[in-house]
Amino acid sequence: MEYVIEMLGIRKEFGNFVANNNITLQLKKGEIHALLGENGAGKSTLMNVLFGLYQPEAGEIKVRGKSVKITDPNVANELGIGMVHQHFMLVENFTVTENIILGSEPTKAGFIKISEAAKEIQALSERYHLNVDPYAKIADISVGMQQRVEILKTLYRGAEILIFDEPTASLTPQEIDELISILRLLISEGKSIIIITHKLKEIMEVSDRVTIIRKGEGIGTVVTEETNPNQLAELMVGRQVSFKTVKKEATPGEVILDIENLIVTDNRGIEKVKGLNLQVRRGEIVGMAGIDGNGQSELIEAITGLRKTKSGKVMLNGKDITGLKPRAVTEAGIGHIPQDRHKHGLVLDFPIGHNIVLQTYYQKPISKGIIMDYKKVNDIARRVMEEYDVRTGNGEMTLARSLSGGNQQKAIIGREVDRDPDLLIAALPTRGLDVGAIEFIHSKLIEQRDKGKAVLLVSFELDEVMNVSDRIAVIYDGMIMDTVNPKDTTEQDLGLLMAGELLAKGGNE
Amino acid sequence: MSNRLVNILVPIISIIIGLAVGAIVMLVSGYDPVAGYSALWQGIFGDAYSIGNSIRQITPYILAGLAVAFAFRTGLFNIGVEGQLLMGWLAAAWVGTAFELPRLIHLPLALLAAAAAGAFWAFLVGYLKAQFNVHEVISSIMLNYTALFVTNSIIKNITDGGFKTETVPPSATLRWQWLRDITDNSSMHLGIIVALAMVLVMWFILEKTTRGYELKSVGFNQNAAEYAGMSVKKNIILAMTISGVFAGLAGAMEALGTYQNASIKAGFSGIGFDGIAVALLGANTPLGVLFGAALFGSLKYGALNMPNASGIPEEIVSIIIALIILLVASGYVIRVFLEKMSKKKEAK
Repeated sequence: MEYVIEMLGIRKEFGNFVANNNITLQLKKGEIHALLGENGAGKSTLMNVLFGLYQPEAGEIKVRGKSVKITDPNVANELGIGMVHQHFMLVENFTVTENIILGSEPTKAGFIKISEAAKEIQALSERYHLNVDPYAKIADISVGMQQRVEILKTLYRGAEILIFDEPTASLTPQEIDELISILRLLISEGKSIIIITHKLKEIMEVSDRVTIIRKGEGIGTVVTEETNPNQLAELMVGRQVSFKTVKKEATPGEVILDIENLIVTDNRGIEKVKGLNLQVRRGEIVGMAGIDGNGQSELIEAITGLRKTKSGKVMLNGKDITGLKPRAVTEAGIGHIPQDRHKHGLVLDFPIGHNIVLQTYYQKPISKGIIMDYKKVNDIARRVMEEYDVRTGNGEMTLARSLSGGNQQKAIIGREVDRDPDLLIAALPTRGLDVGAIEFIHSKLIEQRDKGKAVLLVSFELDEVMNVSDRIAVIYDGMIMDTVNPKDTTEQDLGLLMAGELLAKGGNE
Repeated sequence: MSNRLVNILVPIISIIIGLAVGAIVMLVSGYDPVAGYSALWQGIFGDAYSIGNSIRQITPYILAGLAVAFAFRTGLFNIGVEGQLLMGWLAAAWVGTAFELPRLIHLPLALLAAAAAGAFWAFLVGYLKAQFNVHEVISSIMLNYTALFVTNSIIKNITDGGFKTETVPPSATLRWQWLRDITDNSSMHLGIIVALAMVLVMWFILEKTTRGYELKSVGFNQNAAEYAGMSVKKNIILAMTISGVFAGLAGAMEALGTYQNASIKAGFSGIGFDGIAVALLGANTPLGVLFGAALFGSLKYGALNMPNASGIPEEIVSIIIALIILLVASGYVIRVFLEKMSKKKEAK
C-alpha cells in the first residue's frame, strides 16, 4: 500500500518540555486517518510540524515516498498539504471568494480577477457538493458554511492531503452529519484526510485507521474496524474509562427550582423564552436537551439574574427569586457553571487562586471589613484545587489563562460546588474537554445529586444528556416540548423533539 | 528568565539605548556628548539646590503617574488627568487663599479640596461611561478643555480680570523652610511626602482591600465580574473617581508647593499627559510609577542645565525621553531579544 505521508519517529521539544516523542503516523492514499489524543497530548504540535510551522528535533517526513524538509507553510502548500483550522482564519467582512483567494490573488495587469476566481470556486463547490455561494459575506453565513469555505480554500490551492483540526467542535449535529458526507466525497475524489479529534464516536463513524498519542508519546495505530470506543479510550487515557456513567437510582425529593410561564427576551427584544415551565427536584439531575439557540442561554441568564425577565416566575425553595441581582441569586443557593468559561466563568488575568473566591470574596473569613485576606484566599484555593484535581504549573498563583480548558473547568466546578448550593446549573460543562475530564465532571454532578441537591444540566450533546440525567426536558423554541425518561427514550426520539416534532404519546411521562 | 526580571530589564535597557542614541544625536549635531551628559548629571545631582528642585519636579509626576496607572489597572484609560489636575490646582489655590485657618487645618483642607475637585472631574467621566456607555477617552479629552477654560475663567472672575490668584499664605503652603534650607533655597516642598504616601495608598487599595479585588476584576473582565455579583457600573465610577483623587493632588502640588498660586494658562501644563508616559515606564505598578516619575522628572529638570553648562539645547533630552518611551512601549522587541539571549545561554 502506498503512503502519501509518512511521519517517522518525530520528536519536538520546547525548552525542556517534550511535546512529541517518537511519533509515527502513516497516511495511506484515500483514507481518513484519525489522530486521537487528550487535550495537550501533542496532536496540534504534530500537525504543526507537518504543516511547517515547527521544525522537529528528530525524525523524518516523507511525502509520496520522498524525504522532505517542510520549512514553512508555503512548502506544505506546494506539497499539496492543506489545513482546516479549528478556529477559522477568515475575514468576516470579505466575501467567500475574497477570503479564498486571499494571499494568492489571481491578477491581470495589477487587477484582481475576482469573477474568474468566483467561477472557479463555484465549480469546485459544485464538484464537492459544498453548496457555497462565492459572493456571500462570511459574517452572513453559518459556522458550518464557514468551515466549508475553509475546505474550499485548501482545495482551491490544490491540496491533496487535508488536515482537519477538531472539525466538529463548533458544529451542530446536523452540520456534523453533512461534514461527514463531505469527507466521504473528498475521499472518493482521491484526497487523503487526517482528522484531529478526541471524540470517539466520530472516529468510529468516519475513520479508516486511528493513530493514538498520549502525553506526547506515539502509542500506535489501529484499524478502526478492529477496535471499539472502549479500547480507544483506554489507549488514549492510559486507563479504563467508563462511558456508561455509573449512578444509583435517583430519589427525587421536594421541588427546589420551579419556573412558571417564564418569558425572556434577548438583547434585541425578541422573545427567546416563551412561557416556559420547568421543575427541578432535590436529588435529581434534569438534563435540558436542545439545539443551540432555542432559548437555553436566555433561560439560564434569567434564572441567575444576569438578564431581566419579561414576565413569569422563578421560585427557589419556595421563595420568589425573579428579577433578583446575580449576587442575591447566588446567595439564595444557586451555583452556576457558565456556558462560556472564558467570558463569564473566569478572570483570565487573575491567578487561578483569586478565581476560586470570585463568588465569596466579600464574605468572612476572606474579607475582614475592607481588608482582603489573601493568605486565606490561597488556603481556600489550595484546598479546592486539590479536591477537584486542578493541575497547574505554579499552584494557586498560576494565571487562569495559562491553565488547560479541563483544569479551568474543574476550578470553576470546584468553586461553585464548594459553596454547597441547593441548585447547581451546569451549562455545557464538558464542552471542548477530553474523556478524562468529562468523566470527572459527570461524577461530580452525580455526587451533588446524591447529596440531595438539585442539578440542571444544559447540554447540546445527546450522549451527555442521556447518560447523566434522571429526567430530560427538551427545549425547543423557548418552550419545553416534553419531559422524558432517558431509560425509555431513544436518541432518535430526542432528536425529533429537539427539532420541534411532538412524539406520539407513549413511554414518556 | 523570569517574567519579573524581564519587566525590570525592559525599561533599563530602554534607558541605556535612549541615552546612547542621545549621545549619537549630540555627536552628529556637533556637540560633545560627554560634556552634555555631565551637564545633565550636574543639573540633577550637582548640588543640594539641584537635587531639591529635581525632587520638586518629580513630585507631581508621581501623582499624575499614579492616576493613569490606577485607571489602567482597573481597565480604564484616564487621558483626562490633565483636566482633573487643573481642577485640583484651582481648588487648592482657592481654599488656600480664601480662608484664614491654622496650618494644621488649612493645609489638609486645601489638599482635600484638590483631591475632591479632581475626583469630581473624573467622576463625571466614570458616570458617563457607566450610565451611557460614553468612552472615557472621548469624554475625558473634552473635559480637559472644559477644565482649562473653566479654571481660566474662574481665575479671571475672582481676581477681577487679573491673571493669577494671590499667593497662598503660610498656613496653606506646602513649602517648609527647613527643606529649603538644607537644599540651598530650592523650591522643594513637603508635597513629596504626600506623593510617597499616595504610592502606598494605591498599592494598599489594589493589593490589600476587598474593593481593590473588585476593581481589578471589573477591569479585567466585566462579564465575569457581573456574573460574580459585582456592580460593574459602581466600580467603573469608583475607579475613575479614585484616579481623579491622585490627579487632583498632583494639581495641589503645583498650587501649594511649586507656584503658590493658580494662574491663567494659555495651554495645558502637560503634567497630566506626561503621567501617561510615567505610568507606562512604571508598568502601572505603584513602585514602578515612583521610578518612572523619578526618571522623567529628573531628566526634565536636569536638561535645563544643558544650555548653560555646555551650550547643548535642552531639546536633546526631549529626544532621549521620547526614545525611552518608544522603546518601553514597543518593549516586545527587547523581550524577544532577551528571550533569545537566555535561550542561547541555555544551549551553551
